[in-house]
This record gives sequence, structure tokens and C-alpha cells, in this order.
Amino acid sequence: MEEAIKMTQTEALKPPVTSVGVIGWAKNNLFNGWVNSILSIVTLFMLWKIIPPLFQWAFIDSVWHTTGKACRGIDGACWSIIPTNLRFIIFGFFPYESQWRPLLAMFILFGLLFYSRERKHWTKYLGYGWIVGLFVMGLLMMGGLFGLTSVESTKWGGLPLTLLLSVFGLTAAYPLGVILALGRQSKMRGVKWLCVLYIELIRGVPLISLLFMSSIIFPLFLPEGITFNKILRAQVAIILFTAAYIAEVVRGGLQGMSRGQYEAAESMGLNYYLTMRLVILPQALKIVIPPTVSILISAFKDTSLVVIIALWDLLKTTQSVLSNPEWMGFSREAYIFIAILYFLGCFSMSNYSRKLEKELSTED
Amino acid sequence: MEKTLPGSVPFWLDPKKRAIMFQIAVFAVVGLLAYYLISNTIINLKKQSIATGFSFFHKESSFEIGESLISYSAANSYGRALVVGALNTLKVSFIGIIITLLLGTILGIARLSSNWLVSKLASIYIEVMQDIPILLQLFFWYAIFYETFPSPRQALSPITGLFLCNRGVAFTVPAAHPAHKYMLLALFVGCVVVYLVRRWAKKRQEKTGKFFPVFRFGIAIVIGLPLITWLAFGAPMKMDIPKLVGFNFKGGITVSPEFIAILLGLILYTAAFVAEVVRAGIQSVSKGQREAAMAIGLRPAPILNLVILPQALRVIIPPLTSQMLNLTKNSSLAVAIGYPDFVSVANTTINQTGQAVEGVALIMALYLIFSLSTSAFMNWYNKRVALVER
Repeated sequence: MEEAIKMTQTEALKPPVTSVGVIGWAKNNLFNGWVNSILSIVTLFMLWKIIPPLFQWAFIDSVWHTTGKACRGIDGACWSIIPTNLRFIIFGFFPYESQWRPLLAMFILFGLLFYSRERKHWTKYLGYGWIVGLFVMGLLMMGGLFGLTSVESTKWGGLPLTLLLSVFGLTAAYPLGVILALGRQSKMRGVKWLCVLYIELIRGVPLISLLFMSSIIFPLFLPEGITFNKILRAQVAIILFTAAYIAEVVRGGLQGMSRGQYEAAESMGLNYYLTMRLVILPQALKIVIPPTVSILISAFKDTSLVVIIALWDLLKTTQSVLSNPEWMGFSREAYIFIAILYFLGCFSMSNYSRKLEKELSTED
Repeated sequence: MEKTLPGSVPFWLDPKKRAIMFQIAVFAVVGLLAYYLISNTIINLKKQSIATGFSFFHKESSFEIGESLISYSAANSYGRALVVGALNTLKVSFIGIIITLLLGTILGIARLSSNWLVSKLASIYIEVMQDIPILLQLFFWYAIFYETFPSPRQALSPITGLFLCNRGVAFTVPAAHPAHKYMLLALFVGCVVVYLVRRWAKKRQEKTGKFFPVFRFGIAIVIGLPLITWLAFGAPMKMDIPKLVGFNFKGGITVSPEFIAILLGLILYTAAFVAEVVRAGIQSVSKGQREAAMAIGLRPAPILNLVILPQALRVIIPPLTSQMLNLTKNSSLAVAIGYPDFVSVANTTINQTGQAVEGVALIMALYLIFSLSTSAFMNWYNKRVALVER
């Protein structure tokens, strides 16, 4: 009788080879059904046609440290254009011997941004840190104090200019956007319509028209003798543009607040200013952090448009390298390099926004 | 205890009066600022002796425009030049929007595909394209065109009748024939007939419950009518093949590298955003809807047509229109690569006449017309499809 009941556990049967491992995975994800099988085969064939030649062009046949002339005969990519001209592409006309200054400023910026990633670091002191940081960065760029030679803002260019336009653009546009959003939600008819007019007007026109306005018409607005430099004017255009978009995002947050919040604040005897500052805005602005980050991303990308009004941002310095006869015709390599820089910037921001969205949604 | 009567509140503490005072103050500040800027502008314009007003519309423009939908030469007026520019903007936006919608929808569906390879590739495409500035993409495609492709003499010809060179793309079209005009007319008539039949079929279905296959009928009519017209004209088969004459192609249709670069850039960039919109729309319809439709015995095609799409479209259409508007606005970047769109023509006009205020105002006005008419349409559409709640 005892043989009939086995006391020890027998080894479990392994699943068939076709449903586990690489084969099982491929069967489930690539070849389930004939439509998917055909799709997979066609896609694999196309990848096989595209990837190896591209790989060969970019890595096998390419050169990395040559002169422009040596690049002419080869089949592969001429990446030499990047290391040879890197300092000009990144820093533009900034005096060569002081280029450590914008570099340091950028490191401070990245450091601050990196530190601000964690939400537990968001305290009053971080705010002070940013103010000090921005001041130090400004000092490093401008010079003129503590024995640093002063550098005209007309010589600013490259990546620092791109970062400057986007960071200052957003910091200044944010409060303006919040005010516009509050104005649009206001009970005062006149203020409301003024804000609606502004927001819809700005959102209806392309950024390029505002940049044209800043570069051609803005000087006409001011009395004779007073001039602003070009970078500041472009910065103003970017701020005015971004503010309208931020206003719409913030309005979304304000509309998401329930009536109860307003009524509770009112019943406690808070006036409009205190209601907004202590009750509504802290909640509304928290909801709209993820869409605000995506506005930051598009502001960062949009700074590239200043090329059209001849500011020396990252794209313009690259183009000027390409107009040098020695490097003419290697646009693909140079543009791919710039594209990678932009991609890294935007991708880390959008990743961060996704992470933040998750954190904020699980909290309550 | 003191009693405060409504009448006895001092006027600066009365919210209504305070609001009025505040608004008067805001308007005064805005008005003063506007007055200050405008008066400065007028003084400056007078000092630089720049003319004001739109009288330059009738003056001779004396600049050439590379491509134009209507006849234009340097002897024509600025007004006509601006119309040419506006038409070019419309042309690139119109073609761009149609192809973007197709590509974006395919990418959005591919992103949700159960095929791992397809879905991963689509998501890589979407992420990469969204994170690279459109202007950089335009420069890139333009550079590819004039650096990679050979001169017209060594033009590449991947398929017969199609030529790629650094002067653009030349492709074969059917040779001009009077039949084409009537085929277009037939197509139009077909669309009208389908519209009427669709209305009739809907009414009949609501009354009697009988179903009429509008979609199949529509396809047959829209393709069939022009085809019959074509056959009635003896099926003209003559093709207009581009030929190399001197340094350029003659015959067929030649599309300039600028146009292709701007079109390609706009399509590839906006399609990534459209794909995200489509994906979000499809995901917004809950699984239960599909399962419920299956439970009452609907087949896959009616499930998509009658259950999924009407609900997904409600989510998709508003962000989709704003993407289409973005595409139109981004077409203004054509000025950077030399495609003669409205901004580019207006820019040349500004440089020649010096009338910057009018020029920029025109640019803004044109785009405002586009966006205001789009949002008017959106409001109408939203009202039409809005959920009717109990």
C-alpha cells in the first residue's frame, strides 16, 4: 500500500521548451498569429537593411581625430568635426582663455538641477541655494568683479546661451503665467478679458513672429538713446511666449480645485490673497508640475529658434563651423551631435516628469 | 454691540467698488503703457522717415519667389507676393497635415501593438523625434538633400520615372488631358452622393432598423465615378516623364529641396506627437466597452466603428487639432531654410520697405486667423460630441 502514495515530492515537469526562454518569448511577443509574424519578419528585414550600413558608417569606416581634408576621401562618418571644433560649438565667441567660467557656471546649474530632483530636498534653503547659484552663474558669465575680466554679452554663445535663455525664460515666465491664470479665473470682467486676450493672442501666433518683433520692432518702442542688447530682447520674447502657455497649464490646475476648497477658505475668513497663497495655489501648482515640465522641455527646444534672429546659440555656432570651407559638407555629423545633446536634455527632463507624476499620484 | 449697516461700509472696503477701482487702475496702467510705446514708435518712425500704412501693397515687389501656386513675377506687387506666401504656407500645412495624420495614426496604433518589436520601435521613434528641436530637424533634412544627393546630371533613379538630385525630386505624372478636369468633377459629385446616401441610410436605419452598407457603397462610388469618366475618355495613358534638359529637369513635377525638407521635418516631428495623442485616445476607452460589445455579439469591425472610435475620437480630436495648429505654426520656420512661406515673404518685404510694424502685424494676423478659426471649429465640435448627461 505504501508504494501507492509517494512520500517524497517528485520533480515538477518543466514547461515545454517552446513556451519559455528565448523561443517562448519570441513566440509570445513576435510570432503570435500570422499578422504579427509577417510584421516581425518585415521589420527585422528592414532593420537588417538599415542598421548594419548605418553602424558601418558611424563606427567602422568613421574617423575621429583628423583634419577636414583627411575626411574627404573616406566612406564613413567624419566625427573629427566635433572634437576639433568642440570649444567653439559649446562656447561660441566667449574669450578662449576664460572659457572655464561658462563651463563652471554650467556645472553649477547641472549640480543644482540634479540636487533639486529629490522632492525631500525642496526646502527654503534650496530656494536660497538657487538664488546664490544664479548670482554666481551671472557673475561667472559677466565678470567685472573679483578680478574676473568682464565679457560683453554679445560674446555669449553656444550651450551656455541656450541654457540661459531656457532657464531664465522659465523662471521669469512662471510667476507671470500664474498671475495670468489667476486673472483669467478672476471674477472681475475687465481683468479676465484682458488676460484672455493676452493668452489667446500669444498662443495663436508662432514664436518666430514674437522673436521678429523683439529684434525689429522692440527698438522702436523705446525712446531714442535707450537700447537693450539682443539677448535680453530675445529673452523677453521667450518669457512673454512661455508665460501664456504656463498660464493655460496653471488654469487647468485651478479648475481642478473643488469648490469646497474655496468655500472652506472663505469660511475661515481668509481674503483673496491669503486664499490663493495658502490654500489654492499650493495644491493647484502641485497638480500641474508634470505638464509644467513638458512646457520647460518645449521652451528648451524653442530656444533654438533664436538662430533666425542671428543669436549665437548652440545651433548657430554649429552652422558657422559648417560654413568653414574645411568642414563644409559634414552637416550630418555635426547635426547628429547637436541632436544628441538636445535629446539628452529633453529626455532626462521627460523621464523626470514621468517619475514625478508617479510619485505625486501614489501619494494620496 | 455695534451694527454695521450695508450702507455704512466705507467705499474702499466694499468688494464691488474695490473691484471696479482695481480694474480702472489696471486698465489705466495698460493704457498708459500702450500709449507710451505707441507714441515712442511713431516718433521713432518719423525720425527714421519710414512710411506707415499698407500703401506698399500696391508697389512693385521686385523680388522673385522660388515657387508659387499662382503666376507671379518680380514685377508684381507686394500684395500679390504676400498672397503667394500665404498660399505656400497653406500648401505645406495642408499636405503636411494629411500625411501627418496618416503616419501619426499608424505610429500610435503600432505603439500599442502586441508585437514587441513594432511597439518598441514606435516608442523609440516617438521619444527621439519629440526630443529634438524641429528647427534642427529641418536643417538636417535640408543638409541631407543638398549634401548627399548628386547634381541633376547624375540624378539617382530608384524607380523609373522618379529622380532624386540636389535640385529636388522630379517625378512622373499623367500628361495633361481634358479628362482630368471631368474626373475631378466626378470625384466631387461622388462625395456629394455619398454624403446624401449616408444621411438617407441613417434616417432609414433609425426608422426601420434596416442597415445599408454605406462604407462599401461610398468607396465604390468615390473610386468608381472618376474611373468610369476616365474610361469614357478612352483611358488616356500618356505619361509626362521628367527629362534632363541642360542643368535641370523638364516635364513631370519637380519639387524643390526646400519644400521637401520643410514637409519632411514637419511630418516626422508632428507625427510623433499625433501618435501619442492617438495612443492616449485608444487607451482611454476602457476594456469593458470592448468586452460588452463582444458580449452582445458585434463583430470586430462594428465594434471599432460603433463602440471604440466614437468614444476615442472624443478624447483624440481636441489635442489633435492643437497639434495640427502647431504644425501650421511650425511651418513658419520655413524662413530658416529658404522655403518661400508667408513669414519668409513678409520678412523680405520688411527688409525692402523697412515697414517692420506692418510686416510683423501681418504675420501675426494671418496665424491668428488660422488659430481662431480652428478654435471656433473646436468649440462647435466639442458641443456636438459632448457627452449628454442625465
